[in-house]
Amino acid sequence: MFAADFEYYRAGSVAEAGQLLAAHPGAKLLAGGHSLIPLLKLRLAAPAAVIDIGRIAELRGISTDGDGLRIGALATHAEIAASDAVREHAAALAEAAGQIGDPAVRNRGTIGGNVAHADPASDLPTVLAALGATVTVAGSGGERSIAVGDFFTGVMTTSLGENDLLTSIRVPSAAGRGTAYVKFSHPASRYAVIGVAVSLGIGTKGGGWISKIKGEQKETVCTEAAVAVGGLVPTPVRCGAVEAALNDQPPTAETFAAAAAAASGDIGDDLLGDVFASGEYRKAVAPVYVRRAIEAAAGRAG
Amino acid sequence: MKVPVRITVNGRLIEREVEPRLLLVHFLRVFAELTGTKVGCDTSQCGSCTVLIDGVSAKSCTTLAVQADGADVTTIEGLADGEKLHALQESFWNKHGLQCGFCTPGMILASHELLRTNASPSDDEIRHGLEGNICRCTGYQNIVRAVRDAAGTVAAADK
Repeated sequence: MFAADFEYYRAGSVAEAGQLLAAHPGAKLLAGGHSLIPLLKLRLAAPAAVIDIGRIAELRGISTDGDGLRIGALATHAEIAASDAVREHAAALAEAAGQIGDPAVRNRGTIGGNVAHADPASDLPTVLAALGATVTVAGSGGERSIAVGDFFTGVMTTSLGENDLLTSIRVPSAAGRGTAYVKFSHPASRYAVIGVAVSLGIGTKGGGWISKIKGEQKETVCTEAAVAVGGLVPTPVRCGAVEAALNDQPPTAETFAAAAAAASGDIGDDLLGDVFASGEYRKAVAPVYVRRAIEAAAGRAG
Repeated sequence: MKVPVRITVNGRLIEREVEPRLLLVHFLRVFAELTGTKVGCDTSQCGSCTVLIDGVSAKSCTTLAVQADGADVTTIEGLADGEKLHALQESFWNKHGLQCGFCTPGMILASHELLRTNASPSDDEIRHGLEGNICRCTGYQNIVRAVRDAAGTVAAADK
């Protein structure tokens, strides 16, 4: 397959990429190319110009930054999966990155391209939603941050503007909590038919002087639950009902099962399906993956 | 629009003016005249186009030639040292890790990546390491045996 012809420009810096974007309306940005090149080959996209940002040094690297991670847009899935910093502060992100495609795809695909592409069957957006990440964008008006919850607006649609360049992603540290990503992979493409990310703390409630007067015992409970589901919905969904059913409850199999059962309401009825798995099937199976992800996160918490 | 690219393929520098839409796999097959690298599914799923870019595996059907400008690319033709086959090539031969051979260049370069990142993989890790490469002949059993055999040879050679 051959892409439609396009003009090619290589940007040496974020500033130069911005100038090129302004000079070539409708241009597409190229990083690793593992989302864009398939679209070009299928001619689902036929931009007049492609701007290669794949060699911009300032977009590389993974670092710890205050109370979290700063992941450059050009960090590859392989780099994220192998990063000690990511494993320490956001284990689910390393776990998800290590399950994308296959090793050769992970060597080239980047987090920035993955997130900007906004494929609903992608893995990283779901994890970023559960971890409360923010996306940093360089645009004509300077740099700004967008919460992941406001970033994805629909199937392959984001709040990025025409002249915006995603530069990095900030992920608050989940150290001390357990995080996990569990997915039902499409057997050929490895895209997520269902993907579930969970961040969960295990703490105690009670044991203060009021409890002592009342004669209540100190109790181990789930805290700070954050659960996101992707793959079967246009954009990652935060599962408020599942989270509410976990918080302040003891970390038991019964709690996890009851919480997971609440996922159906959170997922809603705007479902995606294909010949492999209908939307109804995915929704029926999703609570199983929610329960497994909660169990995995709980096992790593505390 | 044509763009100049310089790619070192198996140690030989090749300079061409190419259309930006040219895929690396076509650069290798047409301009470098090395047809060991195959176009299989053409959708980055089957792995028959796998090559090494600066020593790291990549699917050349999902990489533009302009993205490899300045890089060192290794194809199956560049793996042997003259007449002496690479340990992986020996092992695929000895363990019958191929039948029709179409997937083999990609299988061997994906196996090269696996052994680069994990010198003594378990059978399970070999299967996961090769999940981006599809073979329709062998049923994979002999491919796994070949990679296990090659890992032993490479480890012995390093001692």
